[in-house]
Amino acid sequence: MRIVVCTKETPDTAAKVEVSADGSVSWGDAPLVINPWDEYAVEEALQLKDRGASGITVLAAGTEVTRDALRHALAMGCDDAVLVDDPTLEQADTLLVSKALAAAVRKVDDVGIVLCGRTTTDGGSGLTPVQIGRWLGWSTLTYVSRVLAVDFAAGKITVERLLEEGRQVVESPLPVVISVVKEINEPRYPSFMGIRKAGKAEIPVWSAADLGLEGVAQVQWGAVSAPVTRDVQCEMITAVSVEEAADRLAEKLIADKVV
Amino acid sequence: MDFALNEEQQQAAEMVRRFAQTEIEPTIGEWDRRQEMSPDVLPRMGELGILGICLPVRYGGQGFDYVTLGLVCEELERVDTTLRVIMSVHMGLCSLTILQWGTEEQKKRFLIPQAQGKEYAGFGLTEPGHGSDAANIRATARREGDTYILNGEKMWISLATKAHNFLVVARTDPNAKPSAGLTAFMITSDMKGVTTGDIHGKLGVRAGSTGWIAMQDVEVPAAYRIGEEGEGFKVAMSALDNGRYTVGAGATGLIRACLEESVAYAKQRETFGVPIAQHQLIQQKLGYMSLWYDTARLLCLRAGWMKNQGLRNTRETSQAKWYATDHSVMAALEAVQIHGAYGFSDEYKVERYLRNSKGAVIYEGTSEIHQLMQAAYALGERTDGKLRCELPAYDTEAWQTE
Repeated sequence: MRIVVCTKETPDTAAKVEVSADGSVSWGDAPLVINPWDEYAVEEALQLKDRGASGITVLAAGTEVTRDALRHALAMGCDDAVLVDDPTLEQADTLLVSKALAAAVRKVDDVGIVLCGRTTTDGGSGLTPVQIGRWLGWSTLTYVSRVLAVDFAAGKITVERLLEEGRQVVESPLPVVISVVKEINEPRYPSFMGIRKAGKAEIPVWSAADLGLEGVAQVQWGAVSAPVTRDVQCEMITAVSVEEAADRLAEKLIADKVV
Repeated sequence: MDFALNEEQQQAAEMVRRFAQTEIEPTIGEWDRRQEMSPDVLPRMGELGILGICLPVRYGGQGFDYVTLGLVCEELERVDTTLRVIMSVHMGLCSLTILQWGTEEQKKRFLIPQAQGKEYAGFGLTEPGHGSDAANIRATARREGDTYILNGEKMWISLATKAHNFLVVARTDPNAKPSAGLTAFMITSDMKGVTTGDIHGKLGVRAGSTGWIAMQDVEVPAAYRIGEEGEGFKVAMSALDNGRYTVGAGATGLIRACLEESVAYAKQRETFGVPIAQHQLIQQKLGYMSLWYDTARLLCLRAGWMKNQGLRNTRETSQAKWYATDHSVMAALEAVQIHGAYGFSDEYKVERYLRNSKGAVIYEGTSEIHQLMQAAYALGERTDGKLRCELPAYDTEAWQTE
């Protein structure tokens, strides 16, 4: 069974993102990078390949600039990449992106697992993995922090989810859509060999027509505004020991009625 | 004229930046303070392929070009000079010299394990009494059948206690004129009669290994001779063309480190009610550092480009090394000045940058030697003749064929 990783390009996390009066979003000269959360998904896919998956395809819905994110995933070790690029998808929201990605997943043979990062560092909704799962009609396991067992032949996976309430172990038949949290692994760097291979790789482009998505409505954004900035004061609590620092912090939080 | 780096060069540099930032930066201050080299550094650089970055794939390397080597050195020294020093001796001075002068058998014996990071390499030219005066070194090599017997001492040798292999130069003909009587050899640290040690109490590069090699009646197979008998000085000088390139590129990274730390500090530190970045005398320092960085980088990129083209680059490499290292000292001094009293303590990284910057204006040709070289070129008193073995031009297909 094959694994598909869904990714996208996002502004570097150090970038200063600004929203202008007309609603356009800019981040200066900051480079676009692979969505940092997706690196964990790529790493997990590579580890799952070591555990029996037949190959890894990385998918992204975007434009030409998205190729760098795809090449990054290839340089880490993914086998092939596809760019979903169509004017219809310009300004797309997660619902439309997930629909396109789900359609692309259907075009890949014998997919057992779709892996996504928990969220993206730009939009940050975390909706796309769930929506892909819904479009495909597959089980969706979000916030996965460990793949405890996987049996591609038997079509079964057991994972641990990291939730606010605690850890939850769930089992699901394959195919499945998974979103991963950063606790799941430590992403490897792209290898030099991988960088060279990725540089030479052909990345096919699938259009909306290729995916049977002709005629989908384009998304119009009514208004985009920057979140209201809050003036936050930072107070460092220092002490000779961790325990004392923790006590002081607790006292402070109680005194300020935070807890 | 195209000043753009290609995607592979940029990604390789980015990969090394991440490695250095993630794995070295968090603890380098502590290793520096302890005057010890982290035991993880060399194995990790080998594992990631950094130690074979610009060597052909068929010799165990990663198949990138000489420009990428420079970019990698910049990224390494952006975090700590000791990382770049590894590249200078392992790659610049030793491995590239074997690529240039070595026989196919020597490449198989030494280049492949060095490119794969399974063996580390050093370079032994300098002696206790001879640095700039390299032609007059005292170490000797006496031929006995298929063996040379080496005696002598090498000093200020990077990776002295870490490297498996060293390219050393010794005198084979005491009667020839000094530069014509030298021959280059590969020796290994496990040869009988080879002893090594580290020097402590250095001003800088404290998280690296710098030491000495003593050779007492060391039997070196004739098959380990690099180049012909009497070619040792040419071999050593061509090695310096590559070593100096890595030093210059690294010093460029050190200027960038000084600039980045200074900009960040100047925006955050306030005096007279405003961030010090708003004071014009601070801006002047930042402006100069920015100019030094760009100039050093352009000089190094030109040298790297010339290496890619297979053009002789002794003059340009010397210029890049001289300019970048001199200005890395100046940038570090200004960075400390911008940080004020805090820059005087090891609480801030610029203190380490200043200590680390000083070595590179001394080794691989002092700044004074480079000035003399540049003057000699300008006066028409120095020209570079063709070498019997030139550093091969970068050829993508030849480098990347498995």
